[in-house]
Amino acid sequence: MTGALHLFTAMGALVQRDLSLVLRRKNDSLATLFFFAVVASLFPLGVGPEPKLLQLIAPGMLWIAALLAAMLSLNRLFADDFQDGTLDLLLLSTIPLPLAVLAKMIAHWLSSGLLLSFAAVVLALQFNLTGESVLILFLSLILGTPLFSLIGGIGAALTLGTRGGGVLLSLLILPLLIPVLIFGAGAVEAHQAGQSVAGHFYLLGALFVLSLFFAPLATAVSLRIAVE
Amino acid sequence: MPATNSPNFFKQSLLLENLACTRGGVALFANLTRSIAPGQLLHIAGKNGSGKSSLLRILCGLLSPSSGQVKWSGQSIRADAEQFNAQLIYLGHIPALKGDLTAAENIYSAALCRQETPSMHAVETALATAGLPSLAHKMVRTLSQGQKQRIALAQLHLKPSKQFWLLDEPFNALDADANYALQKCLQSHLALGGIIALSSHQEILLNTNNALVRVEL
Repeated sequence: MTGALHLFTAMGALVQRDLSLVLRRKNDSLATLFFFAVVASLFPLGVGPEPKLLQLIAPGMLWIAALLAAMLSLNRLFADDFQDGTLDLLLLSTIPLPLAVLAKMIAHWLSSGLLLSFAAVVLALQFNLTGESVLILFLSLILGTPLFSLIGGIGAALTLGTRGGGVLLSLLILPLLIPVLIFGAGAVEAHQAGQSVAGHFYLLGALFVLSLFFAPLATAVSLRIAVE
Repeated sequence: MPATNSPNFFKQSLLLENLACTRGGVALFANLTRSIAPGQLLHIAGKNGSGKSSLLRILCGLLSPSSGQVKWSGQSIRADAEQFNAQLIYLGHIPALKGDLTAAENIYSAALCRQETPSMHAVETALATAGLPSLAHKMVRTLSQGQKQRIALAQLHLKPSKQFWLLDEPFNALDADANYALQKCLQSHLALGGIIALSSHQEILLNTNNALVRVEL
């Protein structure tokens, strides 16, 4: 029997569909994770194995590595759908486009940002971070990585159908994510220095709420322009 | 409320008002005005690159016309896009299917975009009606072009039916039997008062002559 679905149930089902697609094409997510691990492992080789120094740079370095790894999968956020024509279905959906776009962003975060946050915990251990610092790092990533998917979505929509979209996307988006990096990595550094981390988390939270509202709207407009 | 199988089940009509389209600096068509009543088929014919696909995309709102407007039951389709989207099925020039989903999952997720959750049984019935019962649980990427086209077309059999069908070259890659079945399917949709806009190089045989509105681009 068919019945009209509640808006949020339909969004949930869209997220579920995207996740089952991710599960069937695991190498995309695995590539992101491996890239993250490899970049994080390159730093000790480059700057030397001094434990004090590594402990000091670990938060910022893990944040940068997570940021770069998230960039890898961002350009496919809409590109696959654009290529196989299913993006048209999304644009002709009865679900308002910003909400449909938000569903895709949530699925993207679950399959990249969330995994990266957990992977960061494992990688942080090899840099001799204290348990509490690791927890702060994890929480800052959990709050910060959704911003990669949200703000990155705008870039993914803007660069849709352009040649070399991946590089262009990074050039567009990385500068916009600088505040996220500053407050995210800053939270862990503040904790290591014995200061309060609340301020950093408030600012990350504010950025998150702000982009949760505006990013889907901006992405929806960019998508409409991109398919014309 | 009339039963789903009675004639004139659908009531809305479509109006094309002074449509013009310019793509890449080239004017494809201008001053296109047509009125399409329930039960009529808009056949868009023309050479390659004459703007057939663009016209179809304008009709469903994916593309904005450079001037003029499209009206659905007297109201611009932009006025309440979600309401309008709930009444249409658009099949583009490539079958909009995900290679990593099965045929049934693809039909389900297309319905999902219209906020519907057909049961697995309903989806399988639609595929069986389209003559593809054995493909329901095959990954789409393993199928041929013609099979993909037929899976996309199987959405048309899903209940409840939508009034407005937009089909971009639906006869492409179809074999003779599937071609005949599609023509039958179009005719029965028109009999219910449905509206169909399609682009095709082939002539479409209809029971009644006045059901056909032709646009030569």
